[in-house]
Amino acid sequence: MSRIHVTTTVNGDEREFLCSPGQTLLDALRDELDLTGSKEGCGSGDCGACTVILDGEMVCSCLVLAGEAQGRRVETIEGIAEGSQLHPVQQKFLENAALQCGFCTPGFIVASKALLDKNPNPTETEVRYWLAGNLCRCTGYDKIVRAVMDAAAELRQERTAA
Amino acid sequence: MPSPAYHAPDTVKQATDLLAANKGARPLAGGTDLIVQMQSGRSAPAAIVDLKRIAALKEIREEAGYFAIGAAVPCTSLKNNKALAAEWPGVVEAANLIGSVQVRNRATMAGNLCNASPAADSVPALVAAGATAIVAGASGEREVPVEQIPTGPGRTSLADGEFVTEIRIPRQQKGSSDAYLRSIPRTEMDIAVVGAGASLTIDASGTCTSARIAIGAVAPTVLLVEDAGKALVGSKLDDGAVAKAMEAVSTACNPIDDKRGTIAYRKAMAGVLAKRVIQIARERAGGN
Repeated sequence: MSRIHVTTTVNGDEREFLCSPGQTLLDALRDELDLTGSKEGCGSGDCGACTVILDGEMVCSCLVLAGEAQGRRVETIEGIAEGSQLHPVQQKFLENAALQCGFCTPGFIVASKALLDKNPNPTETEVRYWLAGNLCRCTGYDKIVRAVMDAAAELRQERTAA
Repeated sequence: MPSPAYHAPDTVKQATDLLAANKGARPLAGGTDLIVQMQSGRSAPAAIVDLKRIAALKEIREEAGYFAIGAAVPCTSLKNNKALAAEWPGVVEAANLIGSVQVRNRATMAGNLCNASPAADSVPALVAAGATAIVAGASGEREVPVEQIPTGPGRTSLADGEFVTEIRIPRQQKGSSDAYLRSIPRTEMDIAVVGAGASLTIDASGTCTSARIAIGAVAPTVLLVEDAGKALVGSKLDDGAVAKAMEAVSTACNPIDDKRGTIAYRKAMAGVLAKRVIQIARERAGGN
């Protein structure tokens, strides 16, 4: 089976890779580009551990074929921090101890950032519904929700100050 | 999973040619069902024809008589079309009950229809709305009422090489609205145990002049319950008329017993949900 050549923008950089036609974007990120932050929990779109932002909208990268990424913009967990400066969502996850085993965390952080990019002032209910597609088996979600609410407050302050 | 060939055509014609030339090829819209089926080995298409590079299939057009929703329009985009969301709130809400935000950013109504799950959330709302599907194939296009697309779980009336290019929903008349509700044991990320959609038109005197009731997850396909609509038309949606519609709905059910619900529960709940969607559609229609 011939491999497909894909050129796509990943975390702001133009990247090229070869993939097989049935390969998922998640597998291409991990196996072809060595971006192993996105995780495979279920492979069926139920757990959200593989969440990435594709052309501005969050999707499960396990449900995207790698070939579909041709000419698109992909943002992954590796692109959330700016160098060594953590994104407020990441910082607040640490401060709130919003993780235990950490397997779901990349997906939660990407999804939370996607929410705050669209809605800087979400209610707790909006946060919980937005994150319904991300499963965590450790925390019971409460600390995650608090971290996202804290990050939202900090981002609003930063914007007011700026 | 075995690797099929991947094609991303720019036009509907190219897509129908590719599907005609590759026996065992499958069209790919959002992929939230097809890719899962490929991963699990339930489906092994020889080729994938990705519809998302066809510009015409990625837009919602507002025509004089209908909305045309392209087969590659994800469910979340429906909410951004203000006219559609105002005229068919039930359809837009139903499509946005499917899966998670991640899934709805990919999943399409045409895909939900053609996946032919009896529990597809957007389908009862589309059936109640009187929607049609435009089906393209090697011999041209045909327009089919959406309820005639699924023929059983995972099976459709589409011929080899045919695919749905768009869903058409009529422009809403004055005094009309719709609603969809489903019953699930959770609040999100679940498959309907029972679903019901209603579309009503009510005149100035409060008399119901047209009604379509559709139910999901209670038979091998989504059902249009014509007797329920008939029970409502000509009435003022009084308790007696609604009770008759509920009875027609429960009678039409032909559900299975499974881990998510028993036959008796599904039959009873279908009636209850029908009553609730009739009430919601009625309240909404009053404001239009």
